Amino acid sequence: MNLHEYQTKSLLEREGIPVPQGAVAMTPDGARQIAIDCGSVVAVKAQVLTGGRGKAGGIRLAENPDEAEDAAAHILGMDIKGHKVQRVLVEQASHIKAELYLAALIDRTSQQIMVMASSEGGMEIEEVAARSPGKIRRIYADPFMGIRSYQCTRLAREIELPVALWPAFHRLVSKLHTALIKHDADLLEINPLIINYSDQLVALDGKMTLDDNALYRQPEFGSELGSEDQHPTEVEALNAGLNFVYLGGNVACLANGAGLAMATMDAVKYYGGDPANFLDLGGGSSVEQVTQAVRIMVRDPGVRALLVNVAGGITRCDEVAEGMAAAMDEIETRIPFVVRLVGTNEAEAHRILEPYDVEFAARFSEAAKRVVELAREGAA
Amino acid sequence: MSILIDADTRILVQGFTGRQGSFHAERMLEYGSRVIGGVTPGKGGQEVLGLPVWNSVAEAVAEQAVDASIIFVPARFAADAIMEAADAGIGLICCITEHIPVHDMIKVRAYVSMKGCRLLGANCPGVISPGKSKMGIMPNQLFSPGTTGIVSRSGTLTYEVADALSQLGVGQSSVVGIGGDPIQGTNFIDVLKMFAEDPDTERVVMIGEIGGTAEQTAAEYLKTHHPNLPVFGFIAGMSAPPGKRMGHAGAIVSGGGGTSAADKISMFRSMGLPVADHAEQLAEIVKASLEDRD
Repeated sequence: MNLHEYQTKSLLEREGIPVPQGAVAMTPDGARQIAIDCGSVVAVKAQVLTGGRGKAGGIRLAENPDEAEDAAAHILGMDIKGHKVQRVLVEQASHIKAELYLAALIDRTSQQIMVMASSEGGMEIEEVAARSPGKIRRIYADPFMGIRSYQCTRLAREIELPVALWPAFHRLVSKLHTALIKHDADLLEINPLIINYSDQLVALDGKMTLDDNALYRQPEFGSELGSEDQHPTEVEALNAGLNFVYLGGNVACLANGAGLAMATMDAVKYYGGDPANFLDLGGGSSVEQVTQAVRIMVRDPGVRALLVNVAGGITRCDEVAEGMAAAMDEIETRIPFVVRLVGTNEAEAHRILEPYDVEFAARFSEAAKRVVELAREGAA
Repeated sequence: MSILIDADTRILVQGFTGRQGSFHAERMLEYGSRVIGGVTPGKGGQEVLGLPVWNSVAEAVAEQAVDASIIFVPARFAADAIMEAADAGIGLICCITEHIPVHDMIKVRAYVSMKGCRLLGANCPGVISPGKSKMGIMPNQLFSPGTTGIVSRSGTLTYEVADALSQLGVGQSSVVGIGGDPIQGTNFIDVLKMFAEDPDTERVVMIGEIGGTAEQTAAEYLKTHHPNLPVFGFIAGMSAPPGKRMGHAGAIVSGGGGTSAADKISMFRSMGLPVADHAEQLAEIVKASLEDRD
């Protein structure tokens, strides 16, 4: 789950990492009040879970509360890459001497927590990686010992941080590492981390991704399943315990297991179709989950045919069949179904679906080819 | 021969009395695996499937020889279960459980390796050495004995590929699912090394997916260390859009390059490793290579 800048910053502040004074507003008048409290030039920043908001006009400087109100009125409701702005962060504008980059994250390659820093802050780290990879410096946290002081010293030296700031940098890295673990985050990024004219390190923007598997022990955000950046159907699916990604094509795909779900979409595409979605039932899914999955897929107006491709292991084919049957009993649909169920309790599954108007396919490629044909016929 | 498990491997089941644990232990017994009993805290002394239940792994190993443990306990308790097995000195630990928090797994992985044990998973389908033993959740009937090794990041896709191979008469030496999580006890290279050293594995099928760069690292490893081992690949996720997580925590095409299916496929091909266009074709190209040889 991705957190907004204002959520990330409030969390950083609680961990003792300096952030500009400010607050979040949902109305222009709210923005005005915050600007009065700040008593200075403020930045009014759109809170959307996508990059490029600056270029899209989602960040404005305001000299006084009137301007802050105007800026908020302009930004609230704005559409930035398909994300509607519902909140703005209003905070004291900073005087920037230098922009750095600092992040703590789960690193798959080293299988450890990695802290990454760069003297090139303020742009996407991928850009820095592409242009000057040597400017990105890394240290790794031992799973039992954590980050050690000499590692921070090395990192500070490698990003050419003034020696006077080394102690503050040590504290910052250590707090960032602690916060990553404490909040079960996959990523905690400060970009830019600025040096202001009082020679303080301040987090000017923050991004945080929480581990969905640990939300049960993060009560603060655990109740916010399905963040605003998701397609409404994705949120509905998430609440039903399904992994669903909306793609917008004409062939709905249902499979169990992420790899098989992707391979199913790939085969549909290979044979000239256009996958409408990624849908992974997960392991050992229930009858009700399958019914919900079918409901969600046939409701999509772009869908012309539906492919079920299940390899039963921990998932039992008969339960998938029962779930489909329940959905078909309930929904009136002309969308043709192609069904491939192999593995655990496959014969029972076929018996359950026998009375229904579905086409069975034995082989993977045969199923993909057939569903693409049916989608074409449906479109014609 | 085979890798990781064979007909003599004595297997303990953690989470034995639960729905998944008992269901799959029964399937394993049907396959001929030597399941010796299981562990469920608080249920020691009971019997499941005619086999003993112990309260802890330590109690189990005090009474019987155990070579490997398979874990079915819920995600909140799974990290602890893995460490318990490692602490009891079990050499091979296979964790089926999915959704274990990633920060727990970082510590668990380091702990297990400090204890000198091998962890497979978490969030994996396990391992099967066809005709000998199964320690996992894959359907019994799709596999057949032979000389092709399979290593995969994806569970159900592996069943598909094994099934297609079996139908074409291409049997498998061992089939290993390393799981789809970002933190893994065993990776592609670990398994490729075991296959390369196994006298009965003559070729390997490697099933990868979008996200991370483990496939590329493995391809480079093969080129340097085992250039003569025939390896056939498939990468799932050609149709996956960037920035969207496709089910697995690890399966995401992220910025910075190298993590998309197209990147991985072109890298494999540039190293001379054949890659299938779609899942079913993978079995066909393996079969074709055998016919060429004859």
